[in-house]
Amino acid sequence: MSPAFLIIAFVTLFAAAAAMSLRNLVHCALSLVVALAGLAALYLNLGAQFVGFAQILVYVGAVAILIVFAVLLTRSDATPNQAILAPGWLTGIVVSAVVFATLGWAALNSTGLPKETPPAPETTVKNIGDMLMTQYVLPLEVIGLLLTAALIGAVIIAMKEGSEKAKIEDGGLKMETLSSPSSILHPPPSSGGHA
Amino acid sequence: MTPLQGCLLVSALLFAIGLAGAVTRRNAILALVGIELMLNSANLNFIAFWRYGPNPEALSGVMVVIFSIAIAAAEAAVGLALIIAIYRHYRTANLDEMKNLKG
Amino acid sequence: MFETLDQIFVTLKHQAVGFFPDAWRPFVSALISISSIPLVFATLFAFVTVFERKGIGRIQNRYGPNRVGIPLTKIRLCGFGQFIPDGIKSLTKEDVVPYAADQVVHFLAPVVLLIPVLLAYAVLPIGRNMTAADFDAGVLFFFAVGGAVELSVFMAGWSSRNKYSLLGAMRAIAQMISYEIPLILSAVTVIMIVGSLKTVDIVAAQNHYTHGLAHWYVFTPWGLAGFILFFIASLAESNRSPFDLPEAESEIIAGYFTEYSGFKFALFFLGEYLGMFAISGLGITLFLGGWTAPFSFLTWMPSYLWFFAKLMVLIFTFIWIRATLPRLRMDQLMNFAWKFMLPMSLVNIVATGVWHFLGAGWPRWVVCTVLVFGAYAILGWGLMQNQKLGKRIYRFAG
Repeated sequence: MSPAFLIIAFVTLFAAAAAMSLRNLVHCALSLVVALAGLAALYLNLGAQFVGFAQILVYVGAVAILIVFAVLLTRSDATPNQAILAPGWLTGIVVSAVVFATLGWAALNSTGLPKETPPAPETTVKNIGDMLMTQYVLPLEVIGLLLTAALIGAVIIAMKEGSEKAKIEDGGLKMETLSSPSSILHPPPSSGGHA
Repeated sequence: MTPLQGCLLVSALLFAIGLAGAVTRRNAILALVGIELMLNSANLNFIAFWRYGPNPEALSGVMVVIFSIAIAAAEAAVGLALIIAIYRHYRTANLDEMKNLKG
Repeated sequence: MFETLDQIFVTLKHQAVGFFPDAWRPFVSALISISSIPLVFATLFAFVTVFERKGIGRIQNRYGPNRVGIPLTKIRLCGFGQFIPDGIKSLTKEDVVPYAADQVVHFLAPVVLLIPVLLAYAVLPIGRNMTAADFDAGVLFFFAVGGAVELSVFMAGWSSRNKYSLLGAMRAIAQMISYEIPLILSAVTVIMIVGSLKTVDIVAAQNHYTHGLAHWYVFTPWGLAGFILFFIASLAESNRSPFDLPEAESEIIAGYFTEYSGFKFALFFLGEYLGMFAISGLGITLFLGGWTAPFSFLTWMPSYLWFFAKLMVLIFTFIWIRATLPRLRMDQLMNFAWKFMLPMSLVNIVATGVWHFLGAGWPRWVVCTVLVFGAYAILGWGLMQNQKLGKRIYRFAG
């Protein structure tokens, strides 16, 4: 395996481990960005140009920003001073280690994998477009419907409930409104803020 | 170790890291981050098999990954909208506190 | 003779690469292509900062900087040496980082801004055979790295632990995301007609002349609408007036780079202007024919001169609009993007499809012009119905 592949893989894995273990959530989100960019570099290394650029455009450019906005809107951006690991975390680690061991053993000892490396395929965006329009046109249309449904659904779920109830004059429970950016800036409620 | 096996090991490790994070962290958003990592590791698997497997001209690996990226983005959007809506109710994003089925 | 002048940089690079042993040649070739990009465009940035200040000054009926020549000499350049003391000032100012700021993220934000912006120049064809990296999916690469800029804006705004910075960063990200869609959709029209995402192919498709006039896409009805949409969206993407609410000095101090001083501020400034040049470069490639000449009797001039001439015209238009138009409010900005520009770009895509399928001849000109202008008129009339413009009423206390 080429040194480029090893370096990119190491960076990706390190960033993914950091994304799952840092205390501050915004640092986790930024490490996730590095992990996703490392994955895009791996795709480019394997010769899938379109997929690599699409990964950067969709994941780094959109999903990462979405995660960061969610962190800010749920007031999780301060470094938490309580425990970050759920109870039963040891079981979780053991299970993931077992999963990795199984998958790794299967990858290394499988006899069904091709032995010799075929030459690099010559894929152009034109071929991908042709296949999308002829062989994969049904999944393409279904994805369009799915994205529309997801967009409308996400907006409806996250919308503030009823504009009459969202008056901020009373000092009682302040309703979180999605449209006013100043709601991010109020000091976070003490110790998790139960209702 | 062939390059294909190297890629498969990397994706298996990435999957295990994503699973560990999704299961052990308390914050709901980090569970979603773990799920995204798991989806990405599956995508890497597809691309590795497309590149090193027979018949790469059929482009099936690339196609599946394109659709998988779109689906993962839609799922992240809906999942994060759900977390924001739940936060509005429970005032916390801590998964251990979200214990009641009826608010 | 003019062909050698046109290809002079390519031949120089080949000669320079020839000095090195065989194994090093790809590396040296890439190094020369890559290092020329920051050299050329950073020099252009230095010139454009002075050009902008003098241009805005003149449009606003005052002089811009008009005294500084080359320091420590007696050469007077009517103010065009202003960038030298500006550069020295930004290098030597104290770098103040707030105590509560997140040190690592605060340090990395200007770096994360500059790297994608410089990467984007790789796919621009500066001249004939002068593209640094001719990707098969070149335009997609440009938009992908353009999306990474928003992350740097967030990093700068959040890490400063300052309410103005965070507010400015959130506004800037919302604005950039909203205007990215009309930007990409207006570029899709060109990709539809050319049939390829390679920037070299897009320029080559515009390199034909009928009756002496080039086949630039801006001379077609859908291309003109697409170019105007692309230009407005690129104004918003680079946070330039009239879309500069996130960083306006009279509104929010400096928005997301309030807490930056010294060299990091200079890096942000550089990154913004370089982003402006890159996106103008893409607009030139897509709509204005890249390095091709407008008239067939002018093709003897070197290709890179045409690219930079068009770039200077677009930069001058950026400066002109900044000096002339008032700033848009945040909700006006978002309404404009989602309610006007997105439907217009979708109609533009339909018009482009109609153009392609009607075949050559005069009917497609008429149909596409009617489509584009009809949609503009209807959208404009519909959106203006909600505006209650009239004489302003003042209410005074007591």
